[in-house]
Amino acid sequence: MADESLVRLRGVAKDYKRGAETVHVLHALDLDIPKGDFLALMGPSGSGKSTLLNLIGGIDRPTAGSIEIAGIRTDAMSDGDLGRWRANHVGFVFQMYNLLPVLTAERNVELPLLLTKLPAAERRKRANAALGLVGLSERAQHKPRELSGGQEQRVGIARAIVSDPTLLLCDEPTGDLDRKSGDEILDLLQALNQQQGKTIIMVTHDPHAAARAKHVLHLNKGQLGREAAA
Amino acid sequence: MSNNSLTQIGAITSMNVRNMSQRAASSIVALIGIAGVVTVLIGVLSIAEGFRAVLEISGSDQVAIVLRNGATDEMGSGLTQEQTRIIADSKQALRDEQGPVVSPELYVVVDVPLKSTGTAANVPLRGVGPQAMKLRSHFKMVEGTNFTPGKFEVVVGKGASMQFSGLTVGSQLRLGNANWTITGIFEDRGSVAESEIWTDATVLQGAYNRGTSYQSMRVKLTSASAMQAFKDELSTDPRLNIRVFSEKAYYAEQSKILVTLVSTIGSAIAILMGLGAIFAALNTMYSAVSSRTREIATLRALGFGSAPVITSVLAEALLIGLVGGVVGMVVSYVAFNGVRASTMNFATFSQLTFAFTVTPALLVQGLIYALILGFIGGLLPSLRAAKLPITTGLREL
Repeated sequence: MADESLVRLRGVAKDYKRGAETVHVLHALDLDIPKGDFLALMGPSGSGKSTLLNLIGGIDRPTAGSIEIAGIRTDAMSDGDLGRWRANHVGFVFQMYNLLPVLTAERNVELPLLLTKLPAAERRKRANAALGLVGLSERAQHKPRELSGGQEQRVGIARAIVSDPTLLLCDEPTGDLDRKSGDEILDLLQALNQQQGKTIIMVTHDPHAAARAKHVLHLNKGQLGREAAA
Repeated sequence: MSNNSLTQIGAITSMNVRNMSQRAASSIVALIGIAGVVTVLIGVLSIAEGFRAVLEISGSDQVAIVLRNGATDEMGSGLTQEQTRIIADSKQALRDEQGPVVSPELYVVVDVPLKSTGTAANVPLRGVGPQAMKLRSHFKMVEGTNFTPGKFEVVVGKGASMQFSGLTVGSQLRLGNANWTITGIFEDRGSVAESEIWTDATVLQGAYNRGTSYQSMRVKLTSASAMQAFKDELSTDPRLNIRVFSEKAYYAEQSKILVTLVSTIGSAIAILMGLGAIFAALNTMYSAVSSRTREIATLRALGFGSAPVITSVLAEALLIGLVGGVVGMVVSYVAFNGVRASTMNFATFSQLTFAFTVTPALLVQGLIYALILGFIGGLLPSLRAAKLPITTGLREL
């Protein structure tokens, strides 16, 4: 991949304890992802795709190896520092959207901004701008249960981009959607990558979704397979 | 704490609270548990408070009680008629047109059936001197008339007439070997005297073969500050072997045993019930945390720290404690405050009528206990919520 990596993994391994047994999920991975990339991570269930995404996003820690994002070693950070780093640099998009049911779309999108020093009016303004970007301005005051699955995922994406993060990490973003809604979400991600320059890493089972990425990486039994341009 | 942290805490806490309707059943169980504990705690302690209140309002700093040296109460005391005359001659005793305001008194315990159970209980029958009413500043007849000196007539305290059978004006009582007629009911602002039956001391001496002896002597002093001079005067008189208490100190001493007993038992019951309430609160908060595992993990993935998560769970538990505490306060106040009952005064082995007294201090005590129960109930679940790995939480449905 390119020389100037936004994401740089060296010798990253991840083991889990399952009772007395140690499960080796990832084996000494080396990976570089350049800024502005749209990378799809594919592979069978249990291959370690989500684990790799979690390690890059700083919500899990490697058993060995180093993770460097935009020149910062995240694997050596304290929990508190890692939390602050995530708030500033990572936007997560989840398969099940993970919206808070008691909050309106606007308040859900505003959540990451509560971690900034922005005044309330500015937070609302930015939340509405993000909702506008995903085409949901008119649904700002609706609660998640009043939205379709595709609309919920758009709110999830608005929440992920509202704080203008360095990285957008999507874990099966279309996995719970029908084909039409899924396509709309993929259109949106593609536009964010191409027009806003967002670096996106997307875990998916779906070759149709992976085809929208610039690159596809295959993981099998914790090891990276062939890399392909989509 | 920065504004930013407060904003985070406020945002997560408000979400938790708004989510509570989804856990209404378990929240209500915990709330009722805490309310029940607070009700019992305040209820039991209001007995001690009522008992203390009766004995406190009964005592005056300006009235001295004289007992035989070595006696701690009237039951164990004895004074001769000669001694009572010497005491009445004290320069510190207040005088009016009828002479010194004193009352040599005799104290006998008699059996009268309780209205509530029909079983016999000890009631004090007090023989008093003609000036006795002036020694109780709030004494007044509320029904009938006072007893006639020299006759087998009695008047009954209002509290006693409410708690015991057959103590109504015009009724006859068989006490000792004589029949007594009840001529009136009196009150004395709820003091200990209201638990007693009164008669003429000289008639009581005859009825109970006490000769001319008395058991105590009440003396109204010229002022409260004359108490020490009164004590000094009497204790240096070689004809007397007596002990002087201020009436207030005497009743304070008497209330100690029961107040301590009731407070200890009440607190023990409240602690035991509190353990049960803590489990209810723990269960509620564990289920609250469990039902929100994915939400909490999502917030933490977005960068929210552990402190706001812990604080928000604790805040919800404290809110349950607060509401439970307030419900307990209201219920205990409505149910107990002013309810009259009688109990054994261990200092005199006779029944004392009192009203459950729910004081503001007791209400605050109940509320603090409720908040402690809520805090303990929320602490472990909040720590669990904060410590659960984010990746585990995100997998929860």
